[in-house]
Amino acid sequence: MRFEDLLGQTSGWLKGTGPNSDIVISSRVRLARNLVKIPFPHWAKRPDLEQVVVMAENAFRNTEQLKSGLFLRLDDLDNVDKQFLVERHLMSTEHANRSNQKALLLTSDENIAIMVNEEDHLRMQVMEPGFDLDVTWGVMNKIDDRLAELLPYAVRRDWGYLTACPTNTGTGMRGSVMLHLPGLVMTRQINRVLEAISKLSFTTRGLYGEGTQASGNFFQISNQVSLGQREEEIIGNIKGVIKQIIEQEEKARETLLAEHRELLEDRVWRSYGTLKNAHIISSNETVELLSMLRLGSDIGIVKDVERGLINELFILTQPAHLQKFENKKLTANERDIKRAQIIRERITK
Amino acid sequence: MLCNICNKNQATVHLTEIVDEQMSELHLCDECARKKSMQMEQQFGLSDLLAGLVDYGKQFGGGEKSAAVLKCGHCGLTYEDFRKIGRLGCSECYASFVKYLAPLLKRIHGASAHTGKFPPGQIPEGPRPQKTKMTRDANIDELKAGLQQAIVTEEFEDAARLRDKIKELEQKAKEPEKKEGKKKGGVKKDEI
Repeated sequence: MRFEDLLGQTSGWLKGTGPNSDIVISSRVRLARNLVKIPFPHWAKRPDLEQVVVMAENAFRNTEQLKSGLFLRLDDLDNVDKQFLVERHLMSTEHANRSNQKALLLTSDENIAIMVNEEDHLRMQVMEPGFDLDVTWGVMNKIDDRLAELLPYAVRRDWGYLTACPTNTGTGMRGSVMLHLPGLVMTRQINRVLEAISKLSFTTRGLYGEGTQASGNFFQISNQVSLGQREEEIIGNIKGVIKQIIEQEEKARETLLAEHRELLEDRVWRSYGTLKNAHIISSNETVELLSMLRLGSDIGIVKDVERGLINELFILTQPAHLQKFENKKLTANERDIKRAQIIRERITK
Repeated sequence: MLCNICNKNQATVHLTEIVDEQMSELHLCDECARKKSMQMEQQFGLSDLLAGLVDYGKQFGGGEKSAAVLKCGHCGLTYEDFRKIGRLGCSECYASFVKYLAPLLKRIHGASAHTGKFPPGQIPEGPRPQKTKMTRDANIDELKAGLQQAIVTEEFEDAARLRDKIKELEQKAKEPEKKEGKKKGGVKKDEI
């Protein structure tokens, strides 16, 4: 697998398949792991960081699920390439910003990604399409068990896995689910739902994780507590909360269809019309319109656009993706034109 | 590193001083640190800074100087560094700052013991969270770490108290285990 191959393929977790995929985009589990006695990345010197990269690559090469993956040293990538990986949810902005002695491993379907020397020595994520945290955790758990045989993990009997930030100590785990909740937003119930979630020790974030705003009616919900609960309990708790939210969103969509059908159809078809015909379109407008088109497709108003394609367009229309398509730097104006062109081409295919 | 003032003794106290927005670092031996702190008593910058630290130490039941000079012997990160950047320096920091991290973890997570997985086939060493004989071991380990710190930070009253407590617990551990009966063979997997 080569880096260039990524541009031509759809990330596995974006396919729009899996349980409850009309509301749930993807399920994700991440584990934070560190190597014993080697300073954590922010406090480590170059040779320590280099040692971690070498040890990690070696371990990946000896792990069945990872050995044919793409191992990238971030020092070798330019800014557009790094941003491109961030846009595909394969690594964090933090990882892209300071890239000395940092690395990234990803599998060819892009469902598994491991950041080396981010906040912790290893930040491993598994993503699956739809609402399937059990499968996601199962995959993650097996990889973690194998890597534990190959790498000296930092772990204490009383506090579990030791992480750079004490908010991750214990299981080092975050489970999260990316939801599309236009019904709750339009019926103005979303704040009530999010408030309730935060009282239960869950966090809500936007499309791009920590520190990002919710846009296009996308919300990422994850557990906050990592110590004192078993991994399966954490997964179970998230599942419980997400099931409730899915039910609420379904009800909201039913209400909208029953009571405001014309209004809803108008918004969906206008969004579709704009996306099909626009020649200049900003990234914000794109996200808003795609969200409405997705809703229209999910509730059967629009029948000729695949959910997977809509999901993909959210990613393909991001700045670094547009520049990779053109293979050159683009100004904001040029990007707006290129974005409209890509949407038109894909949507009318 | 040698003391910045006498240039003779090993520096054990590390301070960051900000005067008129100029930041400077001071590395002092115990003796010079004591002199310096008396001398600084009347000045604004350093004494204010110390006051803040003392408050912080007290909040967790620590002694006056402890938070200011507490340092991880493995990676060199001080507790003050941790307060500023919110990240620990290495896995050993957890043992170095055990006394302060225990209440912090409890506050963040509402729990103080890991109940999830461990690397397969490995039961890590160190204090165990269970309420059997292990609690006692855990206490002893923690108290020992506390004692070490109390000695480093010259909190001799604390040290004496901890030493007595450790003796008492170790004495108890030698007595036959009536209530805990058969669990002598170590931890069973399902207890972890």
